[in-house]
Amino acid sequence: MNKQKITVIITSVVVIIGFVIATFLYNSNQDAKDSLIAKEKESLFVRAHSPQMGPADAPVQLVEFMDPECESCRVFYSFVKHLMKKYEGKIQLTIRYVPFHGNSKFAIAILESARKQGKYWETLEILFEKQPLWGNHHKPSPELIWNYLPMVGVDVDQVKKDYKDPAYTKLIEQDFADARELGVKATPTFFINGKPLRNFGYEQLEAQIKEHL
Amino acid sequence: MINLKKNQSAWYLLFLCWVVASVATAGSLFFSQVMGFPPCELCWYQRIFMYPLVIFFVISLISLDASAFKYSLPLVILGWLTALYHNLLHYEIVPESATPCREGVSCADIWINWLGFITIPMLSFIAFSILLIILTIFYRRYLK
Repeated sequence: MNKQKITVIITSVVVIIGFVIATFLYNSNQDAKDSLIAKEKESLFVRAHSPQMGPADAPVQLVEFMDPECESCRVFYSFVKHLMKKYEGKIQLTIRYVPFHGNSKFAIAILESARKQGKYWETLEILFEKQPLWGNHHKPSPELIWNYLPMVGVDVDQVKKDYKDPAYTKLIEQDFADARELGVKATPTFFINGKPLRNFGYEQLEAQIKEHL
Repeated sequence: MINLKKNQSAWYLLFLCWVVASVATAGSLFFSQVMGFPPCELCWYQRIFMYPLVIFFVISLISLDASAFKYSLPLVILGWLTALYHNLLHYEIVPESATPCREGVSCADIWINWLGFITIPMLSFIAFSILLIILTIFYRRYLK
């Protein structure tokens, strides 16, 4: 092997090792930062207006930043539901909104109006179930949502009166501001007792929840 | 075309280009994959112009064939122009409304700011500028 090839190989190794070391340092540093954030920014995780499921004194406080129009949130929802059942009474789930898509705000306002009628979780479920229809990214048809509400026993006329309430706009803005402050860049983003999910995935989420049980 | 086997300093100039392109590639992957910053649209174009350079230059270095010069120069120029435009946006010399950025990440968003002037688009601009300078030197010395 000539000198040039050796130089190329050594440089490649240096760049790759540098990348790995930087990743390691960044991640361990981030872990320490996350613990600090969990304490310092406690109030940002749950607001008085945030929908919650499960007992307030549950050992696991699971906060999900999500968007009803986001496909991953749709896929994750059934898994979160499954976890809530599997560890019943041990998890309190809090929903926060991050309106990343075109009709997110519209869907959230309807969702919040349905909450007034005590049909929050049913409505969230039907929104996720029918999301491929109303939230199709090539041809979004948010008006279809009106057809789904009666399926879960929501009074549509009442929702039509309520959903333009500026309080919902404010609520969404507050959630979005908190999300930015907490460094949420994608949906769904989970926080388990104030700490972000270290690695994204179903098993990873369950594993991190189990650490607190 | 210049013979890289006989000309050590020509080889080293291309080697330097390869190092710059590799560091820029690793750095941009670090920002998106490790730190989790979503790349904006203009960042994607700059990545398209930067990533292949790593391959072009390394082939040149190993096969001792300087033809990487003519393949990489157009990419470097296009990448440099994109980076220049991105910086003009960043420093609000060009208004954001005049950009091709759509829903998602705004190209005018600032994710990092080291020492008050080093931002991600600035790093990209510096990398493309260094490449352009080295390739110009290479041309003037060996190809003119």
